This record gives sequence, C-alpha cells and structure tokens, in this order.
Amino acid sequence: MSKDHEDAPMTIGGSPDRVDGVPKVTGTALYVDDLEAPGAWHGATLRSDVPRGRFVSLTRAADFDWSDVVVVTADDIAGQNVVALIEDDQPSLVPVGGMICHREEALALVAAPTRAAARAALAHLTVVVDALPAVTTLDAALRADVAVHNDDNVLKRLEIHRNDDDIDEILARCAHVIEGTYETGAQEQMYIEPQGILAEWRGETCRVTGSLQCPYYVHKALVMLLGLPDDQVVVTQAVTGGGFGGKEEYPSMIAGHAALLARAAGRPIKLIYDRAEDIAATTKRHPARVHHRLGLDADGQLVAADIDVLLDGGAYVTLSPVVLSRAILHAAGPYRIPHVRIVGRALATNTPPHGAFRGFGAPQTTFAYERQMQKASRALGIDAFELRRKNLLRSGDSTATGQVLTDSVGSDAVLDTLSAALERAAPPAAARLGSLHSPVRRGRGLAFCFHGSGFTGSGEQRLAGRVTVACLPSGDFEIRSSSTDIGQGMLTIFSQIASQALGVPAARIVLSEPSTERVPDSGPTVASRTCMIVGRLVERACLALAEQLRAHAAANRLDATDLATVAAHRVAHAGPLAETCEHESPPGVEWSDETYTGAAYPVFGWAACLVDVAVDEDTREVVVERCIHAVDVGRAIHRRIVEGQIEGGTLQALGWALWEAVPYDDGRVLNPSMTDCIIPTSADAPELETLLVEMPFAHGPHGAKGVGEIPMDGPAAAVAGAIEDALGVACDVVPLLPEVLDVLLVDQPPQETLA
Amino acid sequence: MTDWIRPTSLAEAVDARRDHPDYLVLAGGTDVMVGAIDRPAPIGVIDIFGLPELCVCEHDDEGRLRLGAGMSYAHLLGDARVAAAAPALVESAREIGALQIQARGTLGGNLGTCSPVGDTLPVLLALDAEIELRGPDGTRWLPVDDFCTGYRTTALAADELIVSVRLPVDSSSREQVWRKVGTRRAQSISKVMLCASTHRRDDGRLADVRIGLGAIAARPLRARATEAVLEGALPDGPLAARAAQAVLNDIAPIDDVRSRADYRRATTARLIRRWVLHLAQTSTTTNTGS
Amino acid sequence: MKLRFRLNDEDKELDVEPFRRLLDVLREDLHLTGSKEGCGEGECGACTVLIDGAPVNSCLVPVAQLDGHDIRTIEGLARQGTDGEVLLDEVQQALVSFGGTQCGICTPGIALCASAALTREPNADRARLRELLAGNLCRCTGYQLIIDALVDAASTRRGNSKR
Repeated sequence: MSKDHEDAPMTIGGSPDRVDGVPKVTGTALYVDDLEAPGAWHGATLRSDVPRGRFVSLTRAADFDWSDVVVVTADDIAGQNVVALIEDDQPSLVPVGGMICHREEALALVAAPTRAAARAALAHLTVVVDALPAVTTLDAALRADVAVHNDDNVLKRLEIHRNDDDIDEILARCAHVIEGTYETGAQEQMYIEPQGILAEWRGETCRVTGSLQCPYYVHKALVMLLGLPDDQVVVTQAVTGGGFGGKEEYPSMIAGHAALLARAAGRPIKLIYDRAEDIAATTKRHPARVHHRLGLDADGQLVAADIDVLLDGGAYVTLSPVVLSRAILHAAGPYRIPHVRIVGRALATNTPPHGAFRGFGAPQTTFAYERQMQKASRALGIDAFELRRKNLLRSGDSTATGQVLTDSVGSDAVLDTLSAALERAAPPAAARLGSLHSPVRRGRGLAFCFHGSGFTGSGEQRLAGRVTVACLPSGDFEIRSSSTDIGQGMLTIFSQIASQALGVPAARIVLSEPSTERVPDSGPTVASRTCMIVGRLVERACLALAEQLRAHAAANRLDATDLATVAAHRVAHAGPLAETCEHESPPGVEWSDETYTGAAYPVFGWAACLVDVAVDEDTREVVVERCIHAVDVGRAIHRRIVEGQIEGGTLQALGWALWEAVPYDDGRVLNPSMTDCIIPTSADAPELETLLVEMPFAHGPHGAKGVGEIPMDGPAAAVAGAIEDALGVACDVVPLLPEVLDVLLVDQPPQETLA
Repeated sequence: MTDWIRPTSLAEAVDARRDHPDYLVLAGGTDVMVGAIDRPAPIGVIDIFGLPELCVCEHDDEGRLRLGAGMSYAHLLGDARVAAAAPALVESAREIGALQIQARGTLGGNLGTCSPVGDTLPVLLALDAEIELRGPDGTRWLPVDDFCTGYRTTALAADELIVSVRLPVDSSSREQVWRKVGTRRAQSISKVMLCASTHRRDDGRLADVRIGLGAIAARPLRARATEAVLEGALPDGPLAARAAQAVLNDIAPIDDVRSRADYRRATTARLIRRWVLHLAQTSTTTNTGS
Repeated sequence: MKLRFRLNDEDKELDVEPFRRLLDVLREDLHLTGSKEGCGEGECGACTVLIDGAPVNSCLVPVAQLDGHDIRTIEGLARQGTDGEVLLDEVQQALVSFGGTQCGICTPGIALCASAALTREPNADRARLRELLAGNLCRCTGYQLIIDALVDAASTRRGNSKR
C-alpha cells in the first residue's frame, strides 16, 4: 500500500487509505437505521397486492385499538399526489377511487410505536379492489389487447438512424447475416442495507435523512408532494449501504411516505424496509428483449446492423425513457458500422417499475451485440480478437449517432492489454465440492464494449451541476457537493483531487455532509459521472480558490506555499471566501434530441473481458475459472478504489449471467428473500484479474473518466460465449441457470467419459 | 413473556418436555429463528443448545458411533471419529450455510425439522443411521427412514426429544460419496442431494447398496428401486443406465422457486449414473469400466 | 428474564424478553449499532457477532442463549491503546488499507468473521479464505480486495506472533 505522508498533499494514482475506512471497520459509521431519533415511531406500508384494479375502499377493523396508530392516505397529501421524476405519473399513494397499476402500489401508511405494532395495524386494514385485467409480460404488452398506457403500452420510443434507408436490401446483399434474439432478466441491486428513511418536522420544515444516492431528487419530490417552498424541505444522506442505482429514484417514494407519516404523527418516523419488502417493491434492472441482425462482408467487416430493443418499464414512466436512451445509444457497440437502424421501445406492464441499476440499459444491449460478434466470429472462422480489431472504433471514427471520437479512445489498448495478460498463468480456480465428481466441459468467451461517461446528450448542460469549495476560519477547506458516497469512494477521491489542487494535506480537506441545506446541486450520483464531471468541478473550484489565495498571500506577504495558513488569514481579515464552479461542456459537443445524432456522451470508457468456464456434465453448474477485465478508465485517481469498482461491477455482471434470477408470476416477485434471490458469495467469485488501462481524458480531473458502470456491461456476454464454446449450444438468455442449460442440452446424449 | 427453561441435564430436559409438550424445543435456532420476528413469541422454550449429554460423540460397546443430537455442524467437521466413520457426513456439513450457520445448526435440529432440503438427512439415510428418541417412557430407536414421515413431519412424539444418532458399525468400511447441487457454492439451498454408499463383495458385486436423496420429494428418501437394481450387480455402463432409469421411479420432485422438476429428475438420474460409472472405474476386480 | 454474560470484555446483566433476537437487543437496548440487519434470515452475515469466539448470525440467536457466554461485537474488536487511541485489529487495518470496505454495511460482520477465522486457521490460503468468508455477503467489492486484505492481515499476524 502506498501511504501518503501526513503533511504532504494526497497523491493522484496511488492508494491512500479511504477517508471513511476507520468508521466503517469499527462499526461507528451511522446508517439510517442506526440514527437515534427520540420518540420516533415506525412506519409501514399497505400495498395493493393486485396487479391492476380500481381502489374501492379502505376500512379499519372496529375491534382493533387504533389509539396508538396513525393512518395516512392520499387524502392527507397537501401538495400533488405524485412522485416527481421525469413525468409525474406515479402517485405517492393511490387514492380511493384511483387506479392500481401494480401489486406493490402503496394505498395507505401506518405508524406506531414499534415495528411490530405498525405491522399489526396493517393487518387490521381491509382493502376492497375491483380487479381489472392486467398486462404482466412483454408479449402481452406488445399485443396490447389490454392497454395500460395510451393505446399501445409504449412508455417511450426512441430511434437511431444512420444511412439506413434501404437497410433491408443492404442486409440482403451481405455475405453473412447473423440474427438473434436475446433476453435478459430483471436483476435486483441487492445492496446489503435495505432502503430506509427517517423523517421529522421542525415547525413547518420537513427534514428527511436516509439511505439514498440523490438528495436533490428526493428534495424535488418532497417539495411537490408536500406543497412546500424549497427552503422548507431539507434532505440529507446518511451513510449509505450500497446503491448501484437502486437508491436513485425509489428513496423519493419512501421519503414522501415517511414525511407524510411524520406530519400526521407529530413525531419522527423511521420507515425502514425489511428485505422482503425491499425486493418486492423497489426497482430492478429492466428485463429486455433485443432482436439483432448484423451484416458482414466476406472478410468480416461489419456492414449493417438492424436492432430492435424492448424494455419492460413496469407500471409507470419513472426512469425508463433515459434507460432506453442509454440502451439504444450503446446497442450498435464500439464498432464501425456504416448502416445502422435501432428502434427502442420501453413498454408498460403491471409490474412494479423497473429502474436504475449500474449500466442503465447498456448491459442489456451489450449482451446482444457481443453475442452477435461471438456468433459472427464462429460463423466466419475469424479469431475473436481479430474480428474485434477489424471493426472497432478508433480515434477519428464515428459512432452510430455520428459522434466522432477524438479523445481518450482506449479500444485497441484494452484488447492489447487483455491479450498480453493471457500469457500469464491463470490463478487457481475453485476446488470441486463433494466427493462424486462429474466431468466438465470448458470454454472461453470474449466481450468488448464501451460505455458513455456522464449524462446522455445534453444532459450535463441541462443539469449544470455546481460545486462550492469554501475556506473555513480554521484554514481547512470544505467541499460542498451533493454527490454522495455510496461506497464507490467519492469522499476519498474528492479529497485527493482537492488536496492536490490546493497543495494542502488530506487533514485540511473537509467534505460537507450531503444535505440540501448545505450543498449546491451537483447533479445526481449516477451515470459514471461523479469523479469525471463533479470531480472536475471540485478541481476547478479548488484551483480558482488557490489563485485567489495566492493573490491574497502576495498582497499580505504570506508564504504562498502554505495555502491553509493563507486561507485562515484571508477569512480572519477579509471575511468568508468560497468558489463555486458550474459545469461547462467541452466545446464542440453537440447533440440533437430530435434526430438522436451527435455527441451522445462527453467521452467513452472501453473494456475487454475474457472468461473461462467449466460446465459440469451432470449438473450443468458453471464455474468461472478465470475472469480478466481490462478497462480504460482515463486515469485512476485512486488505484484500489478503481479496481474495487471494476471488481464489484464484474461480479455483479457474473451474477446476472449465472445466478441472479428474479422470476415473476402475474406481476409478483416470486423470490423476495436473500435466501432465494441470491447473489454470489466469496466462494462463488473467481479470482478477478483487473487490468487498468489509462488513456487520459482532457476534460476529466487528471484525465479520469467514468468507471462505475462499464464493468457491468461485458462479462455476461463473455460468460455466455464461454458456455457456448464449451457446450456448442447458443446461450442467448441470462441468467444461464443450470435449468436453462439443461433445456438447451436436452438433445445431447450424455458423454461416456468417466470422472 | 416466553417461559424459558434451560435444563442442565438430559433427565431434566425429558421432564420439561413431558411437562410442557407445547413448548418449543430449541437448539441452535438456525431454522426456527428465521422469520421469528414476524411471528408471536412462543409461550415457552426448552433450550437444549449445548446441553453436554447431547453433545457426546463416542463409540458404544458394539463399536457403533453415537453422535449427540446437539452436535453442531462445526463439531461434526472437527471430529476425527466422524471423519473416519462417515466422511460423507463431514462433506455435507461442510457445505451447509457457512461458518455462522455451522456454529449453531445441529444434527438433531436438521432431523427435527425434517425439511426435504435438510442436508444431513440423505447421508443418514445412506448410512442406515438410527435415531435415539427419549420420552417419559424411556428410549426407543428408529431407523432414520422411519423417523422421517413426510414434508417436515417426523415420528417424534410430543413428549419426546431427539437424543442421538447411531451409525452402524460397518459405516467406515462403506464406500461413500456425497454430492450437493445447490443454488450456489455456499449459503445455498439444495436442489438435488445424493449420498450413496455400498460394500463390494470379493467378486466385485455391490452389496448393501444404500442411496439417500434430498430435495427431490416431499421428504428425504431412500432410492429403493434403484438400490434393488444395483444390489448384487457388477457395476458397468449398462448397469449405470439401468440405475439412472430406475431412480426416476423413486423420486417425485416439484417445480419451485429454486429449481424445476424436470431438471431435478434429469440431474438425479445423471448423478446416479455417474456414481455407478465411478464404481465401475474404481472396481479392482473387473475391467468393465465404460 | 435476567441474563448475565460478558460483552466486549465487560460483565453485563440484562433483564429482557428472552425470545428477542440478539441483534435487536444489541441495537436497541445496548445501542451497539455496528451489527447490521441485511436480511433477517441468516443469509447475509451483516449481523455477525462472536459468541465464545465463533462467528454467529445475531439475527438467529434468541437473546436468552447468551446467558453465561462471551460476546464480542464490532465495537469490541479494536482495542484501546495506553493513550486511549484506537488500535485496530490486523483485519480491520488491512480492510482499510486494501480497499476491502466500500459501502461498509457488510464490513463489521466481515471483520469479526475474518478475525475469528484467522485465529483458528492462521495459515488459510485464498481458496480457504473464500470458504471461511462465504457467510458474509458483500455486493460492492467482488470480494477480491477483501481476500487481498485478509491475506495481508494473516501475514501481519504471523509476523507479530514471531516477534
């Protein structure tokens, strides 16, 4: 480990101790359920339990003691009954007489002195619903026999066209056409800390604290729901036990409920979900179906791609339009393709809304295009690496939307780094369990992908995120941003950037609590943007501050090499000093939402992932024996934190590929427990070989670009390709459970080899 | 408030059980505590976790290994006598949960719950284990196959306690194999479990074949039709195929959230086949491998 | 019901409802909130505490079963130095240095489980460490940096014991 000297500025590129490390390993870090709230009651949520219907009535049991219970319904909402997001179509609480659109729809809330009492009260509320026909699958949504959104069940449609007027003819003329349909299932984020919010009112001000990624999203939702001015809502992030997108939009729902209960009860309310409720009610990765036709010439050069993307958005619009956007913007892959047609639709179903999860639509379309490339490699007899190198985007090439890539293009570099690493000996794979061993078949799969860093299109310009850095009287510097540390290391990385820019030691950097009363809106903690976009704002604000302080030092004959002392002097003698920076997009970044052309992202990260698998001949269990992931991150501000991001994302992707199923029946999650909705353990995880590639991005802090999401994109296709290589059957769905492989292999006779 | 009885001897425990047949008998809690917060607390508990007389592990006068029902999986894993007599039992214990569950879960608890996915039960079936039950009228011994009566039901009377498990004296001379097919490698609910054991006669034929299966019916069971096919036979490829066919008559798996009936059937058959092929390959007296 | 036990090296007496979960008594009555609830069914290991040195899931232990036993929670894993400073366990220090903690919610359970496991098996290799840690789910790290940290902690402990 590289330990920074305490008096020196933190270095860039090393691995200093995380600034939140000690509180976390000693158990003193306070998560929302750890917060003391004297007199707090516990909240609970009454849900519809029918996929679709009309809410007829709600009655309280006459024989139950309601004296120590508060009940809240839609009638208690002072503002608008919506969970504000992109379109305000989702109610906070379904009113009596209103439409129920999924089973986990909140109908009423209760609070009582204990969790058990709150649950008991829930059991004494009786709901009458007129059930209506529901749409709970993509196929039913497409048929639109029952229309649950407009008349076609389409929540959002987006298209990309690149020289595609006669794409059917072009495909017909191609030497090779690879065609496939790829289905990927819902995936649970499964942060280990379930969602929860603590709400209380102080006078007419509502204060909520909770497990969340985006304080200003929650702020916006509460202002609308409670009908309050901005300054009477304060939202603060508690230490948060993982998010991965799962705490992007849903906390707005819980915060609204907790705030309503707190107002009614006249006391603080803790609304903490247990695991079953969290899995059943909160968002998951969008299930997807991608139909993909890929045309190649006789030499393996890509000619045309015709791609149809369907996402199951669930019952409300929520974030589906932007998930769909990222899905189609990545659907053609990191390849030069002259002719491209992409049509994407997010469909409405009567399931709880699907939402943000690391990768945000890109993993679904990446799975499809890399399976296509694997099939093309096989069909044409061209080596997997060679086919990618023949077609990948290089500096000067343009993407399907016409974005010309010029800066930080790591496409060749990640493939070269990966193939070089293959020369090294593989780390040992997991030993077999049990004493009756079956033969295995082995295979290898490669996936290559890119991932846009930051918000899509003109998103960053619209957001105009801001960061303030202030001099404190003590000579410390306070960074005020609404970015949240959800485990990804923001606190440490911002400290490094600020420490370096100001030339002061780590101890001089203070990160303001992410509370809407103390920090400006830096935009949400999503989209691989925190380090690259907000980190750059931190750097710019610090550099501007340093300049002012150096001027102050010169004017007052102070030692300008010690800016902490200068800052203390400045505040003492000339009053407070702070710098606020607002996001400015690099010049030449043009995007059209109307035509879906131009620069979709400020820059792309690049990745190549290779997976070796062993498939058990008898049980169809898959062991990942080797997994190498080479990722171009621009610049690793903190080496271990970046490796940790890649490894965590990689294992989530392996989980999605192999183990993590979320089956539904008629809009209900069938496995709402950690026992059945499984994620990999340390015994399931392979040794992960992580290779950092650094192609600096001119507009990121020290060259850094996004890293949070890209490791989620490629591994599933690499796994599927490896299993196909092992078994000789096409693996076009995830997760590839043994039960799925067993069906694919049903026609293959058992091998006679002995164990 | 829950009445809490913590007997200091087995005799006290038996008396408590007689006096309070409606109390919960609690060992390590790994099963009954799941979801306990959502249920009313029991009116009373007889807490036998760690009761010394239930944690014995010793050979009886006839050389049979007797394992106290209170032995945790961690105990089983750490005991050389268990490893010698019942290596398959050690293997199964090693794959149960992880350290935390292994420290608390007990052999008697696994038996008492009698879940179709109880991980030690196929092993106990395949080793002809007997269960010692003690009540006010004394002790009785039941073959484990008679003890498990159905889905989470047993032959245990309301005034009895599970005291120990006894393995036949010939356990250690049996060839034993164990295979758990779970949802993942640890902390996993089983989808199929197989424990098989056999002796070999001097002519290479199989004798006293025992096959215990789990997660493939409402209760863990012996694959008796398959055993009949294998008993007295020489292991070879055709026999493996016949056994794999026969086992389909022994089991009645279901579709559930963890797996599917067709997968459980096919996988059980393939593992039976694998075992017989394995026996054929390791046979010292014949060359009829595959 | 009156209980006596040792908690983080101190004798404790408590009068509680015996069937309550140890996890709830720790968090609500004793204000030791370092033990976390991730699942409530013994899957995730975030509530791990040591009873008589062995890691257990405190969500599955009725508090009455503590009587007469020795409990260690994450609050009692680090020691106080002579000047009152916090002396981290080797496992805790390595988790900090190697990036073995991200969101941190699983970290108390992992630190306790690993500390106990390495006491029993000081020479555990990476594969064995993966098996020993399998009762503690982590969704952030992919486990790689956790295992790296434990390998380092094991080596530090071996070095310390030689001195």
